[in-house]
Amino acid sequence: MSLNPVEFEDKLQVNYEKIKKGTVSVFVHIFLIAVSLSCLFPLWWAFASSLKTQQTIFNDLSLFPKAPHWENYVEAWTKADFGMYFSNSLIYTVTVVIGVILIASMAAYAFSRLQFPGKNVLFLILISTMMVPIPGSIIPLYVLLNKLHLVNTRLGYILPQINAGLALGIFLLKTFFDDLPKELEDSARIDGCGRFRVYWHIALPLARPAIAVLAIFNILAVWNEYLLAMLVLNSKNLMPLQRGLMVFQGAHVTQYPLLMAGIVITVLPVLVVYLMLQKHIIKGITAGAVKG
Amino acid sequence: MNLQKFRNIAGNYIFIIPAFLLFFTFSLYPFFKVFQLSVTDWDGISPYMNYVGLENFKDLFMDNTVFWFSMKNAFFVTFLALVVQNFLALFLAILCDREIKGGNVYRVIFYLPPVLSGIVVGLIWNWIYDGNYGLLNHFLTFIGLGDFARSWLSDPKSALIAVSVIHMWKGFGWGFVILLAGLQSIPRDLYEAARVDGASSWIVFKKITAPLMIPVFILVSILTILGTMQLFDIIIATTGGGPGYHTEVPMTRMLASMIGNSKFGYASAMGVVFGLILLIISMIQIRVSKMMRQV
Amino acid sequence: MRLSYKNFIILFSVLLIVTGCSGGDKKESNTITVWHWMSDREDAFQELAKRYQAETGTPVKFELFAPSESYSQRVKVSAQTSTLPDIYGVLGEKRDFASFIRSGYVADLTPELSKEDSAWKKSFFEKALLINEFLPENEYKVTPGIYGVPLDVMTIQMVYNKNLYKKAGLNPASPPRSWNEFVEHCGKLKDAGIPCFVSGFGEIWLIDAFASNYAMNIMGEKKVFDTYRGTVPYTDPDWVQVLGLFKQMADQKILVDGAVTMVNKTSEQTFANERAAYSFNGSWCVNVYKGMNPGLEYSAMLPPAFTNARSMKVWGGSGSSLVVNSQSPRRDAAIAFLKWMTAEPQQTFLAEQTENLPAVKGSLGKISPILSEFADDVDSTTHPNIYPVHENPSVTEAFDKGIQSILIGEKTPEEVATEVQRLKEKELKKSK
Repeated sequence: MSLNPVEFEDKLQVNYEKIKKGTVSVFVHIFLIAVSLSCLFPLWWAFASSLKTQQTIFNDLSLFPKAPHWENYVEAWTKADFGMYFSNSLIYTVTVVIGVILIASMAAYAFSRLQFPGKNVLFLILISTMMVPIPGSIIPLYVLLNKLHLVNTRLGYILPQINAGLALGIFLLKTFFDDLPKELEDSARIDGCGRFRVYWHIALPLARPAIAVLAIFNILAVWNEYLLAMLVLNSKNLMPLQRGLMVFQGAHVTQYPLLMAGIVITVLPVLVVYLMLQKHIIKGITAGAVKG
Repeated sequence: MNLQKFRNIAGNYIFIIPAFLLFFTFSLYPFFKVFQLSVTDWDGISPYMNYVGLENFKDLFMDNTVFWFSMKNAFFVTFLALVVQNFLALFLAILCDREIKGGNVYRVIFYLPPVLSGIVVGLIWNWIYDGNYGLLNHFLTFIGLGDFARSWLSDPKSALIAVSVIHMWKGFGWGFVILLAGLQSIPRDLYEAARVDGASSWIVFKKITAPLMIPVFILVSILTILGTMQLFDIIIATTGGGPGYHTEVPMTRMLASMIGNSKFGYASAMGVVFGLILLIISMIQIRVSKMMRQV
Repeated sequence: MRLSYKNFIILFSVLLIVTGCSGGDKKESNTITVWHWMSDREDAFQELAKRYQAETGTPVKFELFAPSESYSQRVKVSAQTSTLPDIYGVLGEKRDFASFIRSGYVADLTPELSKEDSAWKKSFFEKALLINEFLPENEYKVTPGIYGVPLDVMTIQMVYNKNLYKKAGLNPASPPRSWNEFVEHCGKLKDAGIPCFVSGFGEIWLIDAFASNYAMNIMGEKKVFDTYRGTVPYTDPDWVQVLGLFKQMADQKILVDGAVTMVNKTSEQTFANERAAYSFNGSWCVNVYKGMNPGLEYSAMLPPAFTNARSMKVWGGSGSSLVVNSQSPRRDAAIAFLKWMTAEPQQTFLAEQTENLPAVKGSLGKISPILSEFADDVDSTTHPNIYPVHENPSVTEAFDKGIQSILIGEKTPEEVATEVQRLKEKELKKSK
């Protein structure tokens, strides 16, 4: 098979481009892989450590333990009462996330679309004050919860967390609603839909990606929460997952392999949920934050 | 005002009532209580407290050099995070924005550090930075830079930077995801057109990518500033604020006053001042972002 | 489809109501509730609660809050709302304890302890009880009395690795008796390539304990207290000498690299894995080392004295103490339970389960040999909580942070002494 000179030159050109592109992409991948390793390393270390014993964990630094102690996972699960804590954390996470999404999306929709006096001032107060958590405010919060008879109740643990998620939620969703085309809502209104129906049937479904972002933010926050739990709850049977991990990190003795097994157990659900939601996140942040 | 209009506005308020009910109860009430406590000498235990007027604030502004030094540290870490962390996040986002093999995998992996618990992060980095058995020192010796080896967290020259690196490592995943999302929203045909015109990558970035990304940059920087200024868990897990005061930040000072010294009133005053500073920063940012968006 | 919105709201409300109503479990009115912060002792506590119910029929519930910062915050907020449990522990310094007592949250146990010729009182180590005692005319204006009982005893002192000692050609049976000998031994250890001394000096209370040991040794109790009172300045040569010891440690590289910002748990890993020959730590370390390296051959010692003018004293006394809520309707039952908890069989059980020193002398016979070494030094203990005067916490912090600065070679002992004295004078002026 022969090539005429022009074709040959073209092919050469293409090859050169390909090689150049190839070299660049090799370097790009090397860089990306290096960063990836730094992100993967701690998780893998935690996993490898969870298969060692208290005696070997700081001596045997191998990342592939020769005699893996899988029984650590069984021990961690039973010792930490994860069964009970799991269902608690699930209840808290679902309720808080639904609460944040409902309340934040309603407020965000109002701030974006509806007219009422004091709108801008209210929005600014809401956003800015909530972005400034003051550590000392935890005592007045407790006094208040006690007055409301919410200490050692699930509700007393849930409501402050919903409140904590509102600032970012309203901010993000308002930005998103601002960018949505108004035409759909207008036509719905002409069809005789009321405010709530427009919000519920038109605006909210369009905001689904942003809601996914909000969900993943709040799931991570609620799943990892324990300071508030220690303050509001007494009974073991109300405590969230993180309380289970505390069994392994005592005031003096830390049982590292069991702690690591516990951490792996608690991290996995978050990762799975993130995997499921991440495609929405990408779209969500795009839609919420970027003005076309 | 006619009834119809009144009912209309009242109906609009219903949308924000749940949010404001929660907000007034769980944010505003504690906030004002803290304000009240900041003018007392309360120890956090006794039911009695003395009103001390602005004494706490006076001491904080006139006499507490350590607090302002810690504020300086926080600003330093924030500045580093704004530049380095966000630059890294942007760079990675640009790389992953191309049609690259395994883009999905990278996207998930870069989000791992934010998910990991503080305990693992503390243990790992304590080990990396260790003076005798640390990975970093081994690596430096291996590549012939053994002279630079040190105990990174307890050397005053490197402690704050070492802590910042941990913080940035843990935080860049957020920025990466947001920035990548922003980049992906830019219509591809804009790039095509530019490339047909023979524009270099740099020109494409400067003329197309950057201007469209301004709102995203602002969002990321707001999150970075608020997140970094309130940093303390990593510090507690690695240096405890030391050596000396080299890695103290306002949050660790507040906790030291509140828990360590039982000066609750004083800690509240710190909280109020710190809160106001963050508030001003947030306000300025929201202003700036509005102005930039209008441009 | 309008219904779906309503359904959603209804579902959410139902969830809220359900979760709201299912509060804490219903408590029987005679259940004694105990709060504690040591989640690593949870199993032992639960077992004791079970035994107590079997013996007496009174149910006991242990509720644990960890980490200890969360616990101490929890106790403080509960005090504000009169929701403290029947029995709890106060974490913190004597000043905090005094504030709890003055506010009426703590029952005076003196009458109970003195009953039957002080039988209960006499069963304890004297030092352990002292920490919970307020003497007449104390600086906090608390009614004199004993307000809590110890569950265990601890000392904070030195340990050394016998194996590494042998490796360096030193005699593992004769640890250094003086500071100079200590420095000399460190030199030999270092020549053999063995890092010398590790401690969690990133937690400043450990620095404080170490420095305080030597301050007491160098200048004696009276002069230390006079410094706290403000009549002796920190610029006094004796204090500069105390700070100078840290300078010497820095110059001779006696401390393991990084110890100055190390948390105590890391320091424990270091010693347990034979990466340092000495450590300064509390007696709870026995349990920690046992878990990480059961074969570790080590021994306890007092920190080597700088001068022979006075015998060396270390911090020690009660490890964790419990108090009874004075407002509790189950006050007497709570006291009865505490008596049971501190009786010999239960103390022996706790000591065995948690590898800690028991609070009562009767249980001493059954502890491990290494733990007995710590027990032997209980007589040489003192503690800030039994001092008649106390330093202002800001001054203490500046002093300890100053020592960190000396250890990293940033400041000289003289500079730190001057700075601390300046702050001391400011605080003195304020309190007047």
